[in-house]
Amino acid sequence: MSTNSDFRRVYLDHSATTPVDKRVLNEMLPYFSDKFGNANSIHGFGAEAALAVDTARRKTAELIGAKHTEIYFTSGGTEADNWAIKGAAFAKKSVGKHIITSSIEHPAVIASCKQLEAQGFEVTYLPVNEKGLVSTTELKKALRPDTVLVSVMLANNEVGTVQPVKELCEIAHKAGALFHTDAVQAMGSVPVSVKDLGVDMLTFSAHKFYGPKGVGALYIRGGVKPDKFVVGGHQERTMRGGTTNVPCVVGMAKALELATESLAENAAHIKKLRDYFVSEVEKKIPHVIYNGDREKRLPQNANFSFEFIEGESLLLNLDLCGIACSSGSACSSGSLEPSHVLLAMGLKHETAHGSIRFTFGKDNTKQDADYAVEKLIEIVSKLRAISPLFAEFKEGIINV
Amino acid sequence: MYNERVIKEFSNPQNAGELKDANAVGQVGNASCGDIMKIFMKINSDNVIEDVSFQTFGCAAAIATSSVATSMIKGKTVEEALKITNAQVVEELGGLPAQKIHCSVLAEEAIKAAINDYLVKLGK
Repeated sequence: MSTNSDFRRVYLDHSATTPVDKRVLNEMLPYFSDKFGNANSIHGFGAEAALAVDTARRKTAELIGAKHTEIYFTSGGTEADNWAIKGAAFAKKSVGKHIITSSIEHPAVIASCKQLEAQGFEVTYLPVNEKGLVSTTELKKALRPDTVLVSVMLANNEVGTVQPVKELCEIAHKAGALFHTDAVQAMGSVPVSVKDLGVDMLTFSAHKFYGPKGVGALYIRGGVKPDKFVVGGHQERTMRGGTTNVPCVVGMAKALELATESLAENAAHIKKLRDYFVSEVEKKIPHVIYNGDREKRLPQNANFSFEFIEGESLLLNLDLCGIACSSGSACSSGSLEPSHVLLAMGLKHETAHGSIRFTFGKDNTKQDADYAVEKLIEIVSKLRAISPLFAEFKEGIINV
Repeated sequence: MYNERVIKEFSNPQNAGELKDANAVGQVGNASCGDIMKIFMKINSDNVIEDVSFQTFGCAAAIATSSVATSMIKGKTVEEALKITNAQVVEELGGLPAQKIHCSVLAEEAIKAAINDYLVKLGK
């Protein structure tokens, strides 16, 4: 397939994770061995660490339009989502036990809702249209007097659709419900201001914007009081126990600062590359479906379904050529379950199985996009040549 | 996730494509589950599988098992081919991840389906 002479390593999976920016790493390094103190210790070593944590908290808060007392550091996006959903549900259970979310949320939100359902809460999963958009009309229809929480992601991780969170939040508030948004994919890619969005809680995670893994935060608007989730320590104003990960919160603040400073520039570069890649794929490969909304979309995301072939075999062939991307289908326990996001958007199972996500980053080049297109053409054609579905299609037995 | 042998069979599969003069064809699986395996055979009057090929829609494991399963039965008699089990296909590949074992089952079933097609056509 690929000869060594033209082999490149091309990372197109930035929605999975990003490399830590060297400037971020340098900011973090002193807090591993030199300034290693426990931020909760009262001696000088502790004070040094506490100062770094406080500075990071203030910086993080300012960058998203929050007060520093509204930022709670967590181990990442999954923890923050779990806390927001279950914490708010438990705190409000005497008021009502109905929760509304969307059918395309990250598993951290969906699984939290499923747990709540098992404990007697009722959950409505809002449908999405064929572009992956949640509608304000559907939310209005779903709200009830006992609805205590609405959680809709700011941008979807698989197809990049940016949701009308500000409008959805206003509707939820009018009905007296709290509003949480998972902004893990959006943060660093599009401007995010909690003031502007009006949300009560917002989740984000550092490693999606060139920060370290294992650290994230939950913004909780002043006055909103979800139940504690991780207990057993006085950290995070007693709301989240556990020794503060000082280097990582320092790194997250720096990463967010850099991402915010260069957001317009990076987003423009990434969007241009993504648009070029999409147009090349659509021009050069037949029977391709571009999933998601073309406009209301994160700049980095391109998600395609390649008809008649399966996603994992495409992904692994790309990997053998040095190209990293991700597939929408996950094979588990003998049955292949395609992406719940694509199914919610109305894709057929077999089409959803052939879906692949490419997510661009600030360091990608046009050469990367060209290489990926070239290899995609070869691989798609190779896999279609051995696909019984493609054979049937050519013989006119099935239609697409 | 996959061993080198699986990757080798998957990236460069043997016996891939349609067999134009096949006299036995078997297809198993369905698109909505993400796997379809179709096996073509040319079986001679001595019941020997002279040639065999496959078309597969599926994951890397499905393509790799199609590749080795067809190689394993090439030149074998129908009776011998019917004795091939999914465990032997897995062994030939040097192992598969647990959640991919069903791909080898599909290969065994596809072989049986093709041979059944042949026997039905023969009136047996």
